[in-house]
Amino acid sequence: MRFALNGHEEDVDAHPAARLLDVLRVECGLTGTKEGCGEGECGACTVLIDGAPVCSCLVPFSQVEHAHVITIEGLGDDHPLQHRFMDEVGAQCGICTPGMIMAALVLGKNPTLDDVKTALAGNLCRCTGYGAIYRAVLKWKAGDESPPSVESE
Amino acid sequence: MESGRRVAAKRGERVRTAISGLDLTRARSLADALRVVRDEQRTPIAGATDLYVALNFGTLKPSLLVDIWGIDGLRGISVKGDTLVIGALTTYTDAIKSPHVAKRLPMLADASRLVGGPQIQNRGTIGGNIANASPAGDSLPVFAAVDAVVVLKSVDSERRVPFRDFYTGYRTSVMRPDELIVAVEVAAVEGKQWFRKVGTRAAQAISKIVVAGVRGDTPRIAYGSVAPTVVRARETERVLASGGSIDDAAATLQREIAPIDDLRSTADYRRRVSVNLLRRFWSDTAS
Repeated sequence: MRFALNGHEEDVDAHPAARLLDVLRVECGLTGTKEGCGEGECGACTVLIDGAPVCSCLVPFSQVEHAHVITIEGLGDDHPLQHRFMDEVGAQCGICTPGMIMAALVLGKNPTLDDVKTALAGNLCRCTGYGAIYRAVLKWKAGDESPPSVESE
Repeated sequence: MESGRRVAAKRGERVRTAISGLDLTRARSLADALRVVRDEQRTPIAGATDLYVALNFGTLKPSLLVDIWGIDGLRGISVKGDTLVIGALTTYTDAIKSPHVAKRLPMLADASRLVGGPQIQNRGTIGGNIANASPAGDSLPVFAAVDAVVVLKSVDSERRVPFRDFYTGYRTSVMRPDELIVAVEVAAVEGKQWFRKVGTRAAQAISKIVVAGVRGDTPRIAYGSVAPTVVRARETERVLASGGSIDDAAATLQREIAPIDDLRSTADYRRRVSVNLLRRFWSDTAS
């Protein structure tokens, strides 16, 4: 089945009912997307489908045909938001971090703290603490108004 | 490349999520989907935000599924005459962003903002919330309070079922296996709309109690999570409509609801909070 993954066309042979999360991690070898709860509650497995954050543990693979999926790997290793997470110590164990970053990418310009909290309401962190995470996102939005970049062909 | 799944299978380990019992086919059109549910008795799956939780929990039985997510004709919100028409595949995010919903049924946007988090709102559908038939479904009190109509379609027929007649018991409805929900219709709503959800926290919580009310010429009040199905508090409405006191209405409400103890809350808590919410509805919508 064909879909775009981080800007590249992919043709992956997997069960149509497979969870997108498993296809990404097992078939595509992209293990940056984490499984936390497996019930759509923690947001660790967040990826973007056609620009919208979703829990990849709840998406049947059949539903991404012809869609554009972006995972944390799609940001490369040098995205300004990743640097903000490092600068603000927004990651401790790191399991929630890829999901937090993917969910934060869709924030509009000049978000308030409440906007950030709403955007990340579907992402749970159990060790870092939300303060550093919100700070990283707010500093990114304040300092870098360039649109979220992803690797593309 | 040898996949981890295959490696795990070789080692005789159970992979976390068993999909081997699932048979999923995709419907390319509504006609295709209707034929499939009639001929193959497949369960429709759309946003998957309920069904795949069951899958991940291991409680989804081996199933024949038909993926209807791609049927774009079932998506979207429109106004026909004086009726708001919400396509079954409309997501909570669609409802939150819709100017029609903001103008005509703002409490549906309020309810949608409290379903899961953005990731769930982007995927979960209004039709799925209705079809899933959970007594805790967040949008259901909204539709119950405004006397919505569920539009059901099969290969041969289309019928409109008033919301009050839709549910027949705990997680059961009048919907036949050969039918799909295609839309929900809401006639013009007169009066102030009011919605509250009480959960453990604002996001990502299943309701302990959820309530929607309309304060028009006659009040209309519906509760979720206090009975086997979403319920209209009709006796309570009558007390208030006939000029009875809020204390009388509260006493009546106690007789109308039948909450239970479960892992999210207790029957006693739900009774108390249901009454508190009734009082809050009445004072917030006064004047």
